[in-house]
Amino acid sequence: MLTPAEWEAILLSMKIGISAVVWILPPGIAIAWLLARHEFRGKALLDGLVHLPLVLPPVVVGYLLLVTMGRQGWLGRWLHDLFGIGLPFTWQGAAVASGVMAFPLLVRAIRLSLEAVDPKLEAAASTLGAGRWRIFVTITLPLAIPGLLTGTLLAFARALSEFGATITFASNIPGETRNLPLALYTLIQSPGREAAAARLCLLAIIIAMLSLLASEWLARHARHRLRERDA
Amino acid sequence: MDATLGRGMPTSTRHEHGLRLDVSKQLGTFTLDVDLALPTHGVSAFFGASGSGKTSLLRLIAGLDRPDKGIIQIGERCLVDTSRSHFLPPHRRRVGVVFQEARLFPHYRVRGNLTYGMPASARLRFDPIVDLLGIGDLLDRMPGMLSGGEARRVSIGRALLTDPELLLMDEPLTGLDGPRKQELLRYILSLTRDLEIPIVYISHDPKEISAIADHLVLIDNGTIAASDSLDRVLNRIDLTAQVGGFDAASVLDTRVASHDREYALTHLDLGDDQTLVVPHIEAQVGARCRVRVPVRDVALALSETAQSSYRNHLDAVIKQVGTLQDNPTSIELLLCVGGHHLRARLTRKSYDELGLRQGMPVKALIRCVAFDMRH
Repeated sequence: MLTPAEWEAILLSMKIGISAVVWILPPGIAIAWLLARHEFRGKALLDGLVHLPLVLPPVVVGYLLLVTMGRQGWLGRWLHDLFGIGLPFTWQGAAVASGVMAFPLLVRAIRLSLEAVDPKLEAAASTLGAGRWRIFVTITLPLAIPGLLTGTLLAFARALSEFGATITFASNIPGETRNLPLALYTLIQSPGREAAAARLCLLAIIIAMLSLLASEWLARHARHRLRERDA
Repeated sequence: MDATLGRGMPTSTRHEHGLRLDVSKQLGTFTLDVDLALPTHGVSAFFGASGSGKTSLLRLIAGLDRPDKGIIQIGERCLVDTSRSHFLPPHRRRVGVVFQEARLFPHYRVRGNLTYGMPASARLRFDPIVDLLGIGDLLDRMPGMLSGGEARRVSIGRALLTDPELLLMDEPLTGLDGPRKQELLRYILSLTRDLEIPIVYISHDPKEISAIADHLVLIDNGTIAASDSLDRVLNRIDLTAQVGGFDAASVLDTRVASHDREYALTHLDLGDDQTLVVPHIEAQVGARCRVRVPVRDVALALSETAQSSYRNHLDAVIKQVGTLQDNPTSIELLLCVGGHHLRARLTRKSYDELGLRQGMPVKALIRCVAFDMRH
């Protein structure tokens, strides 16, 4: 049904999307928790920084990544010297770019769900002898699971469809960084490939719809399990 | 009048101290400034109008808030000392808290809630505490499936199973309907008999306090108005407004002397060969029983009135006479009856017409029907 090139684009998109979500999840939860439960100086600045990729042109994000994490960038040189990792022009680089672009969505969703957790329950847990970390792992995080799942899937869908930052930072290399949107872009650029482009376009819509539906279903299911397991 | 089984004042006054606090905290325009030492045993009730600072005080003791200044100690253990920047976080205080709303964790079953803070050393106490609170059948339920009273019981069990050195209870009966309230009160009363740790019990209901407290702390606008044994505070005429005003009452700790099955009455021993007759109480002879006598249910007579429907004619001596500022009609009396103190409220006119004075022997008349356990 699907051509090998289409499969390649989909699987690559999945691989990049999943890696992107996996690497942004820990810092995403940590920052969401900071923003939801703490007052500190520079909170507004951190909040702004987190949201920057949402409002910046993706090309700017890609360019900034190139400047910092490219072979000549300070972070890129350090990564290369210490671990032998080169990010530009690799699928890992695409995952970094997609992750940065999806980060604000993830943090927003997790922050909202953390804020919805009743601090009175956390206070109760502390009087029962639980320290901060135990409270977070046993009370706050489990009760925030619905939002966490929605946020993760939303971020995943966003990472799947990343284009601007990816092409700037990781380029458009078939089989390495050419995800679904890049494949679609390539087809549109080539004369006579309109039908193939339309097929990919349809695929993109289907995948996006599926992840939205899945996120809704998961969130509802998780809420249900949390509150009315016996009902 | 209410009777409560099994309560009695501690026989000796202890001078060692359980909880000791001397703290101040500014909360907006409200100032909390408290210097207080509580007994090591029994139930100390924090009593005061809403907004008087009871719950703020509880939060300081539990470690959920920091005082601006001061110290908090349990025995020799220091929880807070602002002078040396010492602040023990709540999870290291070993202070159990039962919150007004049960605050059960919705994603744990009852069993999981109960064991959440349970150290290995308290494992052997799990079954006894579950039995005591009657929650054995609920262990596998989710909190969402519990009634209000059940949830409160679970939250009491959860706090007790942390093996605390002090138990704080913040109006645990609030929001329950009459029968549920009575039921939970019975559980709490049986608990206070079995526990060896001091309990701080917060309430704004004088009846609840009368039933449960050994020691009473009156909190008024962020300061301590009085802190003494329950009967001593309740019998202070100058505190009438704070301890119930119109509904002020005395509390008598008695023992069941005998039962009159034919008329369904119970005789309570007041000491000095005096007995108080009340409607039948289901309790064994010799059992402790606390009764609450509202001041306005006590009438006085100069001599034995041969025929009257008052069931109780007690020999009393007027020990103290006082008036209330906001009530020019009435006069407040403190009587000695047997080994107990009893308060009475008369109109000033009756007082003058009878020619009553301090030190005079009188008959205290208490209607038998005034004793009603079911309220």
